[in-house]
Amino acid sequence: MDTIFYTYQEFYTHTKAIAYLLMVAALIGIACFWKFLSGKDDADQDRTL
Amino acid sequence: MSATTSRGSQTWFTPFNVITSAIIIVGLVITFLRFTKGLGAVTHLSHDNPWGLWISFDLLVGVALAAGGYVTSAAVYLFGLRKYHSAVRPAVLTGFLGYALVVFALHYDVGRPWRLPYPFIMQQGTTSLLFEVAACVALYLTVLFLEFVPAALEWLGLKRVRDLITRLTLALTILGVVLSTLHQSSLGALFLIAPSKLHPLWYSPYLPVYFFVSSIIAGLSMVIFESTLSHHYFADKMDQTHLDEKEGVTLGFGKAASLVLAGYFFIKLMGVAGGDNWRLLGTSYGLWFLVEMIGFIALPAFLYAVGVRNKDLPLIKWTALWTIIGIVLNRLTVGLIAFNWQLPPSRRYFPHWMEIAISIFIVTVGIVVFKFIVTRMPIFYEHPEYKDAH
Repeated sequence: MDTIFYTYQEFYTHTKAIAYLLMVAALIGIACFWKFLSGKDDADQDRTL
Repeated sequence: MSATTSRGSQTWFTPFNVITSAIIIVGLVITFLRFTKGLGAVTHLSHDNPWGLWISFDLLVGVALAAGGYVTSAAVYLFGLRKYHSAVRPAVLTGFLGYALVVFALHYDVGRPWRLPYPFIMQQGTTSLLFEVAACVALYLTVLFLEFVPAALEWLGLKRVRDLITRLTLALTILGVVLSTLHQSSLGALFLIAPSKLHPLWYSPYLPVYFFVSSIIAGLSMVIFESTLSHHYFADKMDQTHLDEKEGVTLGFGKAASLVLAGYFFIKLMGVAGGDNWRLLGTSYGLWFLVEMIGFIALPAFLYAVGVRNKDLPLIKWTALWTIIGIVLNRLTVGLIAFNWQLPPSRRYFPHWMEIAISIFIVTVGIVVFKFIVTRMPIFYEHPEYKDAH
C-alpha cells in the first residue's frame, strides 16, 4: 500500500530516512566489494613478501 | 579500370571497403536530402519529439563513449599511472574522433552549419545549459585536438611544433578533466528541465551526477573494447611496449570500472529513494529499470570483479562490451524510451530509417578515419625519433 504524505515535512522525513539507510548499506557494501575485488591481489602480494 | 592496386595482389574489393563504401554512398544521398528538403523529409521528429535518435545516440552516446580520452589522460598524467601510458594515444584519438563526429552529427539536427558559432556570438545569455554544452564541447574538442596533434606532427616530421605542444600536456589534461566533468554532467542536466516528460524512475535531481559517473564507466570500458579490437586488427602496427602493457591496461581499467559501477549502482538507488518511486518498480517501466540496474550495472560490476580476481582477460573484454551496450541503452532510455512516456503510442517517436542510416553513416566515417590515422601515424607505437620523449 502506498504511504500517504500530507506535508513535505513527512515526505522528506520518509525519503531521507531511507536514503540514510541506503548510505550505510553503500558504505558497508562498497567496502566488502573492494575486499572481494582486490582480495587476490593482496594475497598474491603477501605470498611474494 | 583494374580493381587491383599498385601493391599487386591486394584488391580494393575487400569486405570492409565494399560495406563502408555502400554505407557512405547512402549516407551522402540522405545528407543531400536532409540539407535540401529539411528535417521532415528524413526524420520522424515532431513538436512532441523535437529530439530524436541523432541527439540520443549520436550526441549522448557519442559523448559518453568518447570519455576514454579524459579518463586515460587523467590516470596517466594526473594520477601518475605510467604503466597505462601506451593506452593514452589510442584513447585520445578515439575521444577526438568521437567529439568531432558529435559536432558533425549535430549539424544534421541543427542545420545551417554556418551558424555553428552562434552560441558564442548571438546567444541570449550564459545561463542556458545548452550554452554550457556548446562551450564545453567546443573547448574540449580543441583540447583533444591539441592532445592528439603531436602524433600527426611526428608523422609530418614537424619536430619543433610537436615539442612545443607536448610541453602543454599536463595543462591540457587538467583542462580536459575540468571540461569533461562540466559537460558530461550538463548533458544530464539538460533533462532536469523536463520533469514532467521523463519517467520518474530516470528523472532525478542527480541526473548530472549519473551522466558524469556513467561516462567514467563508458570511458574505461571503451578503452578495453577499443584495445581488444585494435590488438585484433592492428597488431602489426604495435610496438613491443604496447603489446606488453595490454594485459595491465585490461586488468587495471577493468578493476576501476568494476568499482565505479558498484558506486553507480548505489547512487542510482538513491535517486529512487529520493523520489520515493519504489512503487513504480512494479510497472512495465519499472521492469525495464530493473533490467538496467541488475543486468547492465550490477552484473557487469560483478563480472569485472570476477575477471580481475581470476585475471580472466576474455571475461573482462566481454564485460566491457556488455557495459558499453548498457550505457548505450541508458542514454537511449533517457532520450527516447522513457521520454514522453505519458503520450499515447500514436504520438510516440520511432526513428525514420533514414535517421538510423545517418547514425550508421557517422559511425562508419569514424571507423574509416580511425583506420586511416592508425595505419599512418604513431598511435600504437612510439616514433623512432621520439622514443621516451613524452
